[in-house]
Amino acid sequence: MRENRIKTHPILEVKEKEDVAFYWNSEKLSAKRDEMLSSALFANGIKTFGHHHKDGSAQGIFCANGQCAKCTVIANGVPVKACMTAVRENMFVESVEGLPKLPDVEGNPEISDIEHVSTDVLIIGGGPAGLSAAIQLEENHVSGILVDDKDRLGGKLVLQTHKFFGSVEDSYAGMRGMEIGEMLARKIESSSHIDVWRNSTALYVFKDGKVGILKDGIYKLVTPQIILNAAGAREKFLRFRGNSLPGVYGAGAFQTLVNRDLIKPTDNLFIIGGGNVGIIAGYHAMQAGINVIGLAEAMPRCGGYKVHEDKLKRLGVPIYTSHSIVSANGHDSVRSVTIAQVDENFHIVENTEKTFECDTILIAVGLESVSEFTYEAEKAGIKVFAAGDASEIAEASSAMFNGKIAGLRIVKELKQDTGEIPQSWYEKAEILKSHPGEVQEIAIPSREEGIFPVIHCKQEIPCNPCSTVCSEGSIFMQGDPIKGRPVFDGECQGCMKCLAICPGLAITMVDYRRDKAFPTVFLPYEIGNFPVKKGDMVDVSDVDGNILGEYEVLGAKATKESNLTEIVRIKAPAAIAKKIVAFTIQKKEVSDPVTTKVPYDQIHDDEIVCLCEMVTAGEIRDLVRKRGVTDMNQIKAITRAGMGPCGYKTCENLMKQIFRAEKVALGDMVLNTRRPLFVEVPLGKFANGGKK
Amino acid sequence: MKTADVIIIGAGSVGVPAAMSLAKEKLDVLVIDSLPSPGQGQNKKAIGGIRATHSDKGKITTSLRSIEIFSTWKEIHGDDIGWISNGYSFPAYTEQDEKKLKELMVTQKSFNLNIEWLSPEEYQELVPGINMTGLRGSTYSPGDGSASPLLAINAFYFKSLSYGAQYRFNEKVTAIEPLKEGGFSITTDRDIYSCGRLINAAGNHAREIGRMAGVDLPVTPDSHEGAVSEPVQRFFGPMIVDLRPAMDPATEDSANYYFYQNSEGHVIFCLTPRHLIVGTESESTSVFLPQVAKRMVSLFPKLANLKVRRTWRGQYPMTPDGFPIVGILKENPGFINAVGMCGQGYMLGPGLGEILTRMVTGSLTSDDQDVLAHFDPYRDFSGVEQFK
Repeated sequence: MRENRIKTHPILEVKEKEDVAFYWNSEKLSAKRDEMLSSALFANGIKTFGHHHKDGSAQGIFCANGQCAKCTVIANGVPVKACMTAVRENMFVESVEGLPKLPDVEGNPEISDIEHVSTDVLIIGGGPAGLSAAIQLEENHVSGILVDDKDRLGGKLVLQTHKFFGSVEDSYAGMRGMEIGEMLARKIESSSHIDVWRNSTALYVFKDGKVGILKDGIYKLVTPQIILNAAGAREKFLRFRGNSLPGVYGAGAFQTLVNRDLIKPTDNLFIIGGGNVGIIAGYHAMQAGINVIGLAEAMPRCGGYKVHEDKLKRLGVPIYTSHSIVSANGHDSVRSVTIAQVDENFHIVENTEKTFECDTILIAVGLESVSEFTYEAEKAGIKVFAAGDASEIAEASSAMFNGKIAGLRIVKELKQDTGEIPQSWYEKAEILKSHPGEVQEIAIPSREEGIFPVIHCKQEIPCNPCSTVCSEGSIFMQGDPIKGRPVFDGECQGCMKCLAICPGLAITMVDYRRDKAFPTVFLPYEIGNFPVKKGDMVDVSDVDGNILGEYEVLGAKATKESNLTEIVRIKAPAAIAKKIVAFTIQKKEVSDPVTTKVPYDQIHDDEIVCLCEMVTAGEIRDLVRKRGVTDMNQIKAITRAGMGPCGYKTCENLMKQIFRAEKVALGDMVLNTRRPLFVEVPLGKFANGGKK
Repeated sequence: MKTADVIIIGAGSVGVPAAMSLAKEKLDVLVIDSLPSPGQGQNKKAIGGIRATHSDKGKITTSLRSIEIFSTWKEIHGDDIGWISNGYSFPAYTEQDEKKLKELMVTQKSFNLNIEWLSPEEYQELVPGINMTGLRGSTYSPGDGSASPLLAINAFYFKSLSYGAQYRFNEKVTAIEPLKEGGFSITTDRDIYSCGRLINAAGNHAREIGRMAGVDLPVTPDSHEGAVSEPVQRFFGPMIVDLRPAMDPATEDSANYYFYQNSEGHVIFCLTPRHLIVGTESESTSVFLPQVAKRMVSLFPKLANLKVRRTWRGQYPMTPDGFPIVGILKENPGFINAVGMCGQGYMLGPGLGEILTRMVTGSLTSDDQDVLAHFDPYRDFSGVEQFK
């Protein structure tokens, strides 16, 4: 059997890991020691983990983050989430077909009291915001507990192989996300005031002021004075036919498989959503050697940074703006995707459908804050702050900065003599979270001598590392020092620092010193699974991905200074040298739509709204339309929508959309009541505090 | 001004089945509730158990009729409300409990209830994996059962609509005035209504509504927390009620607790605090899960692996003696109270709805009179229910 693992990666180190045997429905397979079951199964090409008890529909990975339960499998007799359970030697893993059987237990389980812990500050989430806040607490000698549900701190930073935007001094711009994550984690791991609880999931902030936390499988009750909600965001989902098929999942799940576990979950990926998350996931896919068949964005323009979008386009990925997904096609897993053009009201334009073969569809249509801990704390009367995506959706650079502010605000709350937080910090926080500006045409510099950078950065975004690293001080930000657009004006020694640090890969270097008619163009390149070497002929493209001609590669190498980014040299005529930004690597044929019709049995007849309980849009629409129901609690009572293991995390938005489409007035719409627990926990965990 | 034959305050466990029954008799019924849809008060907090094995004719007779309505619903009306005839069981681990239960069985059998005493081994067959240490046996009443409160109330609601009942949601009753010519004028925060008969089925808010009519009803809500698990294949039969109190200095002391596996495979459980928590606060506390988990896992070790999905907190609108208050107000015969269900409104509701209908239409049977004697608003409340 083919092993779906990433063998080489331009950025991530592929370590040799010990093989362990395990069984899947009696078949002996091989996994890597300690990897999650979901990754072990994906590595073996298994994507369907069972069939739903309600309608027999195929189930597989969805969040890969422990939040839902779609990846449930039976491991040694016990139903577990495959994405949160490490494989063990000779583990007997089975698919869940219908309702699982509750396993028997040997003897009487341990029963003991739950431990109660008090703390000044409880930080929920060890991502960029939580870690930045924790560093402030540490520096100001304030003690606290930081809980994170993973075994490694850094949150989603650990999944980010690309260089970061923002500013060098405030948010480590130019470093890769995973490096920033490691650096922040190191600062906290050695701290003397912050107790770090890894593998610890906050379950609820109870009314009596105690926070239930499952710490490494042991339930604890923590009483904090102050809570910082830095729990991040969750991904929004979409309604379309076939949306519950294994193979349809979010960018977070994809990045977890690919960048954390070095799994190659697919050869052919299609992306829905042209925000930064979708575009970057596409870039990560290419880095892992995965074809990106296309990306569809419903708006007329991608919402992500133009430099990110351009990076993907130049690699040869078609971007379909004003297009939306019609259906994921397949019976037990995704076989193809159908998209179509949409009009200004986002209605499908007839006869514009296109179908592409792919086995994975990545949904990246936005994020929403994990805000429940904030509400719960407020209801319990605990002073609460929120930072990062849990407070407002923005880039990680912004999360780090507002985490730092939140940390200091907490310090101030506990230590009256702390100085005021400078107003300029709040202003900077605003800049770091600002949305991209309009795309502006920029003039190509007229100069044709010496060596100098050509900056293809056409949009105001909060990003300035090029101006920080220039050894000659020749790159300036026009307008705002972080958000303005960079311009080159002055001397250049050809040190390549600006080229190497630009997260958008939007700076090239042109060298006329040897040959004015055929200058050497230096291009940044990070897609090592599509390698280039001296002598290769490549199709070079301009900033928007238009092919300018085929030219020879003179050489390619990464240096220590370039931090794994290869610098590729190409000789090209002076007439186009300054326009070249990259070269295309993905062949056009890869992205061609199929001409045959999708078989009837592969098209699902309705969209799923509640993926846990498999409730269709039709069921909900009927209740709204025919029965006049406007209370989601009543819909829940009748259909079970929102009553599943994920706890209403995914379907709330989809329900609201149906309500809006059915013209239910906002004031008449009653949202579901949220209740504990945040995730399902075995009853035995509450009966045993771990004491003998 | 909208007028109706009967206005019911409260679209919950009692109000909705009463509206269904009244409307079926062609009465013009209007139900007013302060919440947005049916069953949003304490009905949805009910765990779903329905038993006739009480200790008095009032509850037994009413519940028997409820069981008939629940159990035949799908057959008659087509929609599945999750009824299963899984029975109730009260296992005894002390001599005292065994004695009490066996004594009670004599009364229950006198009402022709199907209840038997199982040996520990017989009980183990029904509940494989139950802790056998000290088990003396258990009652088992196979005629009792369970249904989904969520599905049932919506089934009753839609059925009542089809019979012509009307509902006003998101409206809070603010005043009740008797009219000179008989009947009442009811003012809400949105409108004014009038009716001939008024049924107070306001659950937790029964006392407030009573006060508007000048009567002080001894109904005090106290809190109970409950939870539901993931669904798994059926692994035990009946509702299990563990009557033993538990002293637990690490959490709180508790009285009984009970759990069953519903038609969809979820285990639903609830616990009675030993010291009543009075009030309508409905936010969950950190006490409940450790408290109930210790007890459930000791009783039935297998439950340790069962995942808890969701917890909630609701109230029992309690009366001093644990029996409902159902009857006509002496001062104003148009005013009917159907309150103080003491956590059993869900199982009493459908049967009671029919009795209320007969009360309105003046066709109470002698059996009804016997039932109502137990629920008499003017009784001496100093008695204590021997078994609940």
